[in-house]
Amino acid sequence: MYTSSGSLGTTSRTVVPPGRAAAKALRHDTWGRLLIRTVGFTSILLTLAIGAFLLYRGTGSFWLYGHSPLDFIISSQWNPADTMEGGGHIGAAMFIAGSLITCLLALIIATPCSISLAIFMTEIAPTWGNRIWRPVIEIFVGIPSIVYGWLGLTVLVPFIREYTPSLTGFSVLAAALVLALMMFPTVTAVTINALDSVPKTYRQAAYGLGATRWEVIRQIILPVAKRGILAALILGFARAFGEALAVAMVIGKMKAFPTSLFDATVNLTAAIAADMGNTMEGSEFNMALWSMALLLFVISVLFIFTLRYLSNAGGDTHD
Amino acid sequence: MTHITTQTTSSPLSPTTLLSTTHSGASASPLVGQSAVSSHDAPNEARAKNFLKDNIASREAAATKTKKFSVSNLNFYYGQFHALKNISMDITSHEITAFIGPSGCGKSTFLKTLNRMNDLEEGARVEGSLYLDGLDIYHDINPIDLRHRVGMVFQQPNPFPKSIYDNVAFGPRLQGITKRSELDDIVETSLRNASIWNEVKDRLHKSALGLSGGQQQRLCIARTLATKPEVILMDEPTSALDPIATAKIEELVMTLKDRYTIVIVTHNMQQAARISDKTAFFFLGDLIEYDVTNIMFTNPAHAQTEAYITGRFG
Repeated sequence: MYTSSGSLGTTSRTVVPPGRAAAKALRHDTWGRLLIRTVGFTSILLTLAIGAFLLYRGTGSFWLYGHSPLDFIISSQWNPADTMEGGGHIGAAMFIAGSLITCLLALIIATPCSISLAIFMTEIAPTWGNRIWRPVIEIFVGIPSIVYGWLGLTVLVPFIREYTPSLTGFSVLAAALVLALMMFPTVTAVTINALDSVPKTYRQAAYGLGATRWEVIRQIILPVAKRGILAALILGFARAFGEALAVAMVIGKMKAFPTSLFDATVNLTAAIAADMGNTMEGSEFNMALWSMALLLFVISVLFIFTLRYLSNAGGDTHD
Repeated sequence: MTHITTQTTSSPLSPTTLLSTTHSGASASPLVGQSAVSSHDAPNEARAKNFLKDNIASREAAATKTKKFSVSNLNFYYGQFHALKNISMDITSHEITAFIGPSGCGKSTFLKTLNRMNDLEEGARVEGSLYLDGLDIYHDINPIDLRHRVGMVFQQPNPFPKSIYDNVAFGPRLQGITKRSELDDIVETSLRNASIWNEVKDRLHKSALGLSGGQQQRLCIARTLATKPEVILMDEPTSALDPIATAKIEELVMTLKDRYTIVIVTHNMQQAARISDKTAFFFLGDLIEYDVTNIMFTNPAHAQTEAYITGRFG
């Protein structure tokens, strides 16, 4: 473009060098771009490396010790050998069941409460909802999980022991309630953002057509905010599913399938947390724990994809 | 009462005399003629007499028109802010009434009190009386029924992120109509009446957000028509549209006045002059002048009105 002469050689162009301010700005532009690229690529690499490591370690049980992946998921025989020779059984079904049951239960408990509170705060009491409750909720998101666990241990567990058929109080119910309590602020805060982002003009239009507040909420706001609410549920579930400490404190860590809400059981995270320090690096037991970690990740991903699929299939595609 | 006297609250222009007339309303009543003429020069007097002669026939037609809204001593507050000061005016059925005035002078606020959309605002307070067909809007009727009778079209086209059909059917469904054939009828009629049927009949079940701005606004008008209102309030319905879309909406509004009472807020003076029968000029929360559009634009009684419509401020 900026060659000094055309092919005919009749004219010659001179390129004006950038002025001082422009030169400085261009230099900053170059450096800025370099910085952003470096940091960006590093974090992508790091994430991929973690994924690759998890995949490598997590599949060790299958290609090093010859266990079948299917057995790992559906068998409940769990006595891995803490040796390099292996030969034990690594059926993780009851851990998986414990994780899924407690988290889904927590989700069932927390979702209606969170959505109701979010609606209350955005649609019914926006002023003091925003001024007082919103900061409170946001602070609650940041409460460390050990606090929730401890709270469960000192309040919930004795309560359940006293008033339900549970023998010890350590139970599926206690774990689900602690998890529900834990995901509640996250789900609420994200749902509030989703509801807030519904344009005011939709509300006006609906009220203008003679809709009641309930009709506006149910027919306009919730459908429009659906994706945002789903994101809130995914975040909440992810937080609960990966939670180890709080659950481990109240679930009872009993290696058995629960037969009722009041039975103690165990889950993936509690099992990993309890045993990871006691196994020999590279042993069958150690590798089985890695497989469970990988499984946690896979189930989370599956859950996200399922919800995304449901949200696309179930609703209109008008947005 | 504030220092500026509004015409409708001053005795010569009583609401009934104003409303018993059509396009030459003010001059048709001797009292009004007097007040209008006394403050102006001879040519205007002659013109006023002509109005009187020309419009004896149209006064017959005026008999079918009724007082739709009757507002007296309306005060409106947003918290401490006194947004509307002692507004008194009547709005005639089957006419287009335009509200003009600079931004922030209470036009939209007043419009929204007519179907109580202001209830949704934080700290809103209304004093005074506001009647729709003799019913006190704030006491004799609930806001839901009121809004079925008094529909609204907003400044920004605001279709729901739903299909065109579902947008139009939204109001009827709220009113409990669920039968498919009945809804189909309402949707088609409403879209036809809003002059958009031909453009959307093949894509009724596609998203309304795919329409152009002008089409979206006509869809919003159709959506309002579907609730079978008596009055349509329009809050600067063309301010977000290009001139061609604006012309279409104006044309549409003119055709609607046979069946509906229309109140329109506009920043576009030409628009008010083109389409409205009566015009009200608001300034800083006061209703400065309210009269037949022709008179407002050719022979306003107040210096402020004249200054505004000739573009000296605003």
